[in-house]
Amino acid sequence: MKKLIWLISCLGCLGAVANVQASPEDDRRSVVQGVQKKFPDIKFEDYVHGALAFSPDAKAQYDAVMTFPPYDAEIEKGAKLWETSFKNGKRYADCFPRSGKNVAGNYPMFDEKTKKVVTFEMALNQCRTANGEAPYKHSDMNTMGLLTAYARTLSDGMRMNIKVEGKDALAAYESGKRFFHQRRGQLNFSCAGCHISNVGNVLRTEYLSMAPGQATHWPAFRGGDYSLFTLQRRYAACNQMVRLVPLEIGGEEYNNLEYYHSYLSNGLPLQASVFRK
Amino acid sequence: MNQISPTLRAAGACVILIAGFLQVARADEPKAPTGQELAFDNRKGNCLACHSMPGDAKAVTSTNIAPPLLDMKGRFPERAKLYAQVWDATKANADTLMPPFGKHRILSDDEINKVVDYIYGL
Ligand code: HEC
Ligand code: HEC
Repeated sequence: MKKLIWLISCLGCLGAVANVQASPEDDRRSVVQGVQKKFPDIKFEDYVHGALAFSPDAKAQYDAVMTFPPYDAEIEKGAKLWETSFKNGKRYADCFPRSGKNVAGNYPMFDEKTKKVVTFEMALNQCRTANGEAPYKHSDMNTMGLLTAYARTLSDGMRMNIKVEGKDALAAYESGKRFFHQRRGQLNFSCAGCHISNVGNVLRTEYLSMAPGQATHWPAFRGGDYSLFTLQRRYAACNQMVRLVPLEIGGEEYNNLEYYHSYLSNGLPLQASVFRK
Repeated sequence: MNQISPTLRAAGACVILIAGFLQVARADEPKAPTGQELAFDNRKGNCLACHSMPGDAKAVTSTNIAPPLLDMKGRFPERAKLYAQVWDATKANADTLMPPFGKHRILSDDEINKVVDYIYGL
């Protein structure tokens, strides 16, 4: 009899194992381990440098740019936006714990009430509308872009800490995961094809960065004219590069993508407003 | 007897006119790209994004994603196999990164033939 119970409970276990999907933490670990296996000499912390982690020369150039970032004036503009009071006298700092310090690494978070992913940009807009101001457009780099460029500096060094709890949150995470892994468009590429399967390989002249760390350092100022790119503007750029019509910046598909993509960066330190090629 | 019917004459004039147009159009168009140009162009084959071509000094790339394209005749004695690889690389390897150039109409059949002729010489 004892034996039978033991057998049945074992079968039950097997059933449970077969039913359970890989958890977000399993996903993240296996992606990180993939990078570690291929590049055992690159420290986990250095994943935040992305493609620069593979090229000491490019990293040296980056360090030189970062000693006196030529886009500091832009971040100052963002600081002004952040500090200016709304018409009702309230400020952005009033909408966040710790006056907005060390909060950005908790975003995107899942909101059980609306059953939707809330990005940091959305939280900033919610702060505006709750205080009677019109929301900014997520794709407007001169308002939302500059505001986040400063607001995120308040979370520099915070570890990315995305949570996926409950079945609705998991569904949003899974939808972002599908997006990241699904091949699309004429060229038949997926994000994962470049940033998971070909990490550290060179696409014509560019090292391909690892997915973990990619969500930690936004906005980035890119190119010769230091154009401001929020993370979702970068998604649109990667979509365009492979000849896909980019989706809406701030739309639900990119928000879910950002949720999954940011989870992969969990445990890595944020650094706002970096320079990228 | 000797007379050409008016319709035929009109048709003839038409042919001449169209031929004229074609000639004008040809003169304006840049000449059709070669296999090498198609292979290098990042809006066409963009093969250099993923393949080096050690046999062609003009092929400048730092990529290490895919096997270098060399000794193609030795490795693909059957030209049709090479054509098939470029037409739809997912047939041989479902997980490949290589875009299905023919199947997804990234290159026309004619363009693929030119590219294949070119890499066959590498
Ligand atoms: C054909 C290859 C390719 C595909 C497909 C691709 N990317 Fe990229 N991606 C690149 C290259 C090249 C860069 C620039 C070098 C780097 O940072 O990796 C880049 C950069 C990025 C960066 C910036 C990294 C940094 O540290 O600044 C992010 C974020 C990113 N990609 C996300 C995505 C997402 C999300 C997708 C899918 C929607 C995607 N990529 C699809 C090639 C690709
Ligand atoms: C985005 C990456 C990419 C691009 C662009 C690309 N390839 Fe490939 N190619 C690959 C990969 C990866 C392989 C390795 C085999 C596989 O995964 O199917 C491959 C394999 C091949 C092979 C078989 C080589 C062998 O030794 O077995 C040939 C031939 C080839 N490619 C030709 C081309 C040509 C011609 C072009 C341009 C018209 C091209 N490729 C563009 C990624 C690419």
